[in-house]
Amino acid sequence: MERNVERIEITISSRFENIELVQVIAEHLCENAGVDEDGSHWIGMAVREAVANAIKHGNKLDVRKKVNAVFELTGHDLEITIQDEGDGFDPDKVSDPLNPQNLMKTSGRGIFYMKTFMDRIAWSFKPAGGTSLVMTKNLAKANGMASTNA
Amino acid sequence: MKATSHSADGVEIIKLDGKITIGAGDQQLRDVISNAIAAGKMKLLLDMSGVTTIDSSGIGELVGSFTTVTNRGGKLKLLHLPAKLNELLHVTQLITVFEVYENEPEAIASF
Repeated sequence: MERNVERIEITISSRFENIELVQVIAEHLCENAGVDEDGSHWIGMAVREAVANAIKHGNKLDVRKKVNAVFELTGHDLEITIQDEGDGFDPDKVSDPLNPQNLMKTSGRGIFYMKTFMDRIAWSFKPAGGTSLVMTKNLAKANGMASTNA
Repeated sequence: MKATSHSADGVEIIKLDGKITIGAGDQQLRDVISNAIAAGKMKLLLDMSGVTTIDSSGIGELVGSFTTVTNRGGKLKLLHLPAKLNELLHVTQLITVFEVYENEPEAIASF
């Protein structure tokens, strides 16, 4: 049986003020799919963190470099891909913000929030440069508060 | 982000309104806290009721503000946490770091 697929794509330059554009698309897509306000907000926040990382750590605030976001909704399954033009990083070296040694650090919570609000996140790195982050969420289970996933 | 403040019983109550997000409010929060410390205000109560959006950068600035004030021998406490900010502090266990109040007179009396 053929499933209905909704696809939205947006490309932004690496400016922090563009983050909200991508976040709003995520939230509207989720609300249109029947996710409540809280659930849509948390998915939007995961997108905000992903785009902020792509701009700051990936493209290093170079406005000539782009961040591409693709939203694909297939049935209840939302897949979000955020791609930058940066040099990549080692996900295994990202520190755990819940470790008592890291609790008072002023940074390092963005990826934790993404993992908390989404079902699955994974990175891939192109040899020529560019990082692709794929985040997925089953919207049938997306209603409600964030800590149900924490 | 906009910040307005008033004093009561030696406590500086700073009301924050708007976004505390990367590139839009995080640096402003740092400046607000620095200015308060420079003015000799060491008992700070941040009224968060008007904060509409906060992200990991904004959370990081809150943590940095807490550390800055504490290291100077002062105290920084939070008032009127919006539900979503409360949730963000819970999932990162930072809720164990901050003293949080829902009642302003009670918060002032705690310093």
